[in-house]
Amino acid sequence: MTLPIFSSSDDPGPSFADLLRRVRPTDALPNGGHDLTITHGTTVLGVRYADGVVMAGDRRATSGNLISHKTMEKVFPADRFSGVAIAGAAGPAIEMVKLFQLQLEHYEKVEGSVLSLEGKANQLSGMVRSNLPAAMQGLAVVPLFGGFDQRRNTGRLFQYDVTGGRYEETDYVSSGSGSLHASTVVKLGFHPDLSREAAIDLVVNALYRAAEEDSATGGPDLVRGIFPIVATITVAGYEQVDDAELRRCVEAIVAGGASA
Amino acid sequence: MSMPFYVAPEQVMKDRADYARKGIARGRSAVAVLYLDGILVVAENSSATLHKVSEIYDRIAFAGVGKYNEFDQLRIAGVRHADLKGFQYSREDVDARSLANAYAQMLGQIFTHEMKPMEVEILVAEVGLDPGDDQVFHILYDGSVVDEDRYSVIGGDAEAIGTRLEAAYEPGLDLAGALHAAVSALAGPDRILTGPELEVAVLARGNGRRAFRRLDDRDLSGMLTA
Repeated sequence: MTLPIFSSSDDPGPSFADLLRRVRPTDALPNGGHDLTITHGTTVLGVRYADGVVMAGDRRATSGNLISHKTMEKVFPADRFSGVAIAGAAGPAIEMVKLFQLQLEHYEKVEGSVLSLEGKANQLSGMVRSNLPAAMQGLAVVPLFGGFDQRRNTGRLFQYDVTGGRYEETDYVSSGSGSLHASTVVKLGFHPDLSREAAIDLVVNALYRAAEEDSATGGPDLVRGIFPIVATITVAGYEQVDDAELRRCVEAIVAGGASA
Repeated sequence: MSMPFYVAPEQVMKDRADYARKGIARGRSAVAVLYLDGILVVAENSSATLHKVSEIYDRIAFAGVGKYNEFDQLRIAGVRHADLKGFQYSREDVDARSLANAYAQMLGQIFTHEMKPMEVEILVAEVGLDPGDDQVFHILYDGSVVDEDRYSVIGGDAEAIGTRLEAAYEPGLDLAGALHAAVSALAGPDRILTGPELEVAVLARGNGRRAFRRLDDRDLSGMLTA
C-alpha cells in the first residue's frame, strides 16, 4: 500500500468518507433488495437526565419472523463524549457506525482538534442521507445520536429520518419497531432532573414494556443473563452500564409486577 | 543544439543531501526514548499549536523535524494510510513497520527524482503490548530507514544530543527518568528547557486503545522539578 497523497485540488481534507471515495469508488448496490430477508435491529432510545444523556437498546435482531441474534449490540460509543444507537437494517447500520467512529477519529487526528457535538451530529446526518438509495430498497438505517456538549456543558440528543433529516430533541428520542411503546413509558416517567439511577431505571423499564408489546424487541433474559445495552454520556465521557446493575434493575421491575 | 553540462551522479546526490541537511539543521531537534511503560517523544517546540509530535493510530505516533509544511504533509498521509488500512483490514493489522516503509519509499522517490528533496527527518514509533515489542523507526530525507531499540534523535544537532542521551540513558527508566534524560540531552550543558519550550507526548501501554497522550505544561512542571 503506497501513501495516499493527493494534489491540492483533489485533497479530501479531514473527511474519511471522501478519502475512501478517492481510493475506492462506491460499490453499486444490487437491485431488488425487497426480496431478501434482511437482519433488522429494533428498539433504541435516548433520554436526557441531570448529568447528561443515557442511551439504551434491546439485544434482539430479526430476519423476517426469525430471531436471528439474541445478543446484538445497537448502542456504540462514537468517540469519548458521544454515542450512537442504531435501528434498521443491521448490516448497513453497523457499517455506518464503523465509518462514523472512524470519521470522528480521523478528523481529530488530521485537524488536531475535536469536532463540536453539532458538527458530529451533522456528519452523521450526511451519512444517513448518503444511504438513501439503499433505504429506498429496504435497507433503511435510522440512528439516534447523543452526547455531552462540552462547550455548552449539557447533554444533547438528536434523531434522524431516512433522508438525513436531523432533529434535536430536548427530552427523549426513540427509534425502531418498539419505539412507540418505549417512548410512551419514557413520556410518563420523564422529568428533566432525573438522577442517573432513575434514568437507567426508566430506559430499562421502557425496553421491558416495549418487548411485551412488540415481537421484534427482545426483553431482558434473566436466565441467559442477556440485558439491554445501556450507556451514560456525561462530563466524564461514554460509560457502559454493567450487567450487574442492569440485573438489579430488571429484578426490581419484575418484582414490582411485570403485568402492570 | 546545446548540451547540458555533465554532472556526476555522486555530485548531484551530494548536493541534494547537503541541501536537505541544511534545511533540517535550521530547526530544533526531537527525541524518542523507550521507557518502562511505553515510548516518550520530546521535541523542542515553542509553538503550542503547530505540532511536531502527533498521533497516527492507536499505538503509533509520529514526530517530524525540518520544514513544517513538508513533515505535516507526511503526517496527514500517514494518518490516511493507517485509517484506510485499519478500515479495509482490521485495527490490529496497522503497524509502524509498514508505515515506515511507505514513508521511506516516498522520501526515497522524491530524493532521487524530484528537483528538491524534502527537508525533513521523521520518527515513527509504535508501542507494543509488551515492553520488548516497542519499535522506533528513524527515516531520513533520502529514504533510509534505521530501526532503533533504545532511543532515537532527529534534527540538525542529532549527533551531540545522541552523545548526551547515550550517557544519560539506561534501560528500564520510568517516565520521569526518561523525561529528564531526554530534556537534558536536548538542552545541553548551557541551557535549561522548561514546559512552554517543549512538546511532549507519550505512547503509554496503560492508556487503553488509543495509547497516544500529550503531556501539558502542568504535567511537565511536576515531573521536571521533581
